[in-house]
Amino acid sequence: MIIVEYEAKNLLKARGLPIPHGLIADSPEEARRAAMHIGGNVVVKAQVPVGGRMKAGGIRFANSPDEAAAAASILLGMNLRGFIVERVLIEQKLTIITELFIGATYDAAARSALLLTSAQGGIEIESVGTVGRIHFSTAYDGLPAYVAREAAASLGIRGRAFQQLSSLIKQVGDAFIDLDALLLECNPVVLDDHERWWVADVHFELDNDALYRQKSLIESSPFSAALANNRTAFENRAVEIDQADHRGVAGRLIPFDGNIGLLIGGGGASLTTMDAVLDAGLKPANYCEIGGNPSVWKIKELTKLILEQPQVDRLVVIMNVVSNTRVDLVARGVIKGILELGRDPSTVISAFRIPGSWEDEGYKLLDHYGVRYFGREMTIEQVIESIV
Amino acid sequence: MTILADAMTRILVQGITGREAATFTAESIAYGAQIVAGVTPGKGGITIHGVPVYDTVQAAVSAHPVDASVISVPPQFALDAACEALANGVKLLVVVTERMPRRDVVTMLETAARAQARVVGPNTLGVISPGQTRVGMAGGSAHAVRRAYSPGNVGVVSRSGGMMTEVANLLTQAGIGQSTCVSIGGDPIVGSTILDLLPVYEADPDTHAIVMFSEPGGIMEERLAAAVKKHKPRLPIIAFVAGRFADRMQGVRFGHAGAIVQGTQGSPAAKIAVMRDSGIIVANKLYEIPDLVREALLRR
Repeated sequence: MIIVEYEAKNLLKARGLPIPHGLIADSPEEARRAAMHIGGNVVVKAQVPVGGRMKAGGIRFANSPDEAAAAASILLGMNLRGFIVERVLIEQKLTIITELFIGATYDAAARSALLLTSAQGGIEIESVGTVGRIHFSTAYDGLPAYVAREAAASLGIRGRAFQQLSSLIKQVGDAFIDLDALLLECNPVVLDDHERWWVADVHFELDNDALYRQKSLIESSPFSAALANNRTAFENRAVEIDQADHRGVAGRLIPFDGNIGLLIGGGGASLTTMDAVLDAGLKPANYCEIGGNPSVWKIKELTKLILEQPQVDRLVVIMNVVSNTRVDLVARGVIKGILELGRDPSTVISAFRIPGSWEDEGYKLLDHYGVRYFGREMTIEQVIESIV
Repeated sequence: MTILADAMTRILVQGITGREAATFTAESIAYGAQIVAGVTPGKGGITIHGVPVYDTVQAAVSAHPVDASVISVPPQFALDAACEALANGVKLLVVVTERMPRRDVVTMLETAARAQARVVGPNTLGVISPGQTRVGMAGGSAHAVRRAYSPGNVGVVSRSGGMMTEVANLLTQAGIGQSTCVSIGGDPIVGSTILDLLPVYEADPDTHAIVMFSEPGGIMEERLAAAVKKHKPRLPIIAFVAGRFADRMQGVRFGHAGAIVQGTQGSPAAKIAVMRDSGIIVANKLYEIPDLVREALLRR
């Protein structure tokens, strides 16, 4: 999940990183008061979990409280790359002598954490020619201080600014490890006219698999947590169904506008099925990933959720040759869901293809209701092609 | 012959008293795997399906030499369990655990590299050398594994555990057996990529071709293509990339771990293009795979 700028800055500030003075505002009036409190020239920044805000017009400069209020009224409510701006950050404007890029992420090819540095900050790092790349170990509590010094030296910084920058880089590396970041990008890191370094902007992506040990981070970032949980009613119901019963997975339901409901899984088979459906010119009503060994209730509720969308007139049930999922339980859940909606399983289900454990029991049930099913001798795409 | 594991491989299961681990232990033994010991801290002294359980890996390996360990513990304990196996000289880890934090994965792989050990996973279903052994839980019950997998000369490498069984079943249905099938794990960072396994398959005289199941995300296929172009491996590679539809739906993130497309990097279309350019055979449909394998074998 992405931690938005002001909450990421609060986290870094608490760790001792130099963050410019800033206040948040949810209205132009609050923005005016914030600018007045900060004094002097300010920056007004939209707080949305996306990059490239400058280009998209989400960052504005103001030379007075009135201008700050005006900037906030433009930004608040604006759609910025799919996100409505609900909050802005008002921050003191820095006098920039030098701008750098300091970031940490994981390098999949090297299977290691990676410190990225560039003497050209402020713009998209992808377009910068020379980027320093230093791999570092995640086995320790933090980034070794000498690695931070080497990085600072490689940026051509000398003297007092060198010492301060080295310590800033170390703190960025330490925070990356400690806060279970997948990406912690400080861009730009700014040297002002008093020879002081500041982290002027932050991009922080948290590892969702580490949430269990980052509880206090989540608690101190309620705005980002709410944005990450922002789902449609359809997606919310799917999550509810999944969480109501620990058996099996009713993974990620994403609605589309087609007429064919998809009850599909596991992950790789879901991807394969979606390709086959679109290649055949059919229109999916949703994406989904079922897996593990879901209960009859879970499958029944998912079936109903998918079929209750008004444009859906039929259902395709497909999984790879399953090892742990019980075919009969899935068949029972699907049929039960359709019957509870007062519909006929033999006409609603276009294809049922889940070969594997307990398939004979499942097929018996499908036979009883006249449902068309396919065995392991047919691949996923052949099943889809047969229903076009 | 096989790669990574065969009928002689002595296997340890860490977390053996867990519900899932106990089940796959029984089924693996029924399939022919030599599971010689298990570890669950606090449960030392009991036996599970005839397998003695120890409190520590140290105690387990001093009583039973092992060649491989299956790690099936909750994500918060997985790094420690892996380090314990490595510290006690285990050279092959199959990490079944899902949802390990990235930092722990990287630290585990770094520790394994120092110990010169191989890691398969995390988030893998394991390794199957048909007719010989299974390390992990791929394919389900012994009966189900026998039905979907058959001994032969084609290696299978899959980023999806479920689709490994699907692909093996497809080959088996067509009368094509497999040497060793490896579920490499769905995470963005895993211990053994196709690129790591290629030289191992190359060294196995009984593997004659490799079938690979790929998904969107990451740069594994791009790196494989570069290596194939440069080194011209002996083995033909037949690949299938699922999730091409993601290219048409930019911005939508799909849940399957690793299958996250950002921009064109790691996009299925880009993967298919570079793989074809390198001489890797890319199937458009799963059902084309058996014929493509046969043709590739004839050209050898």
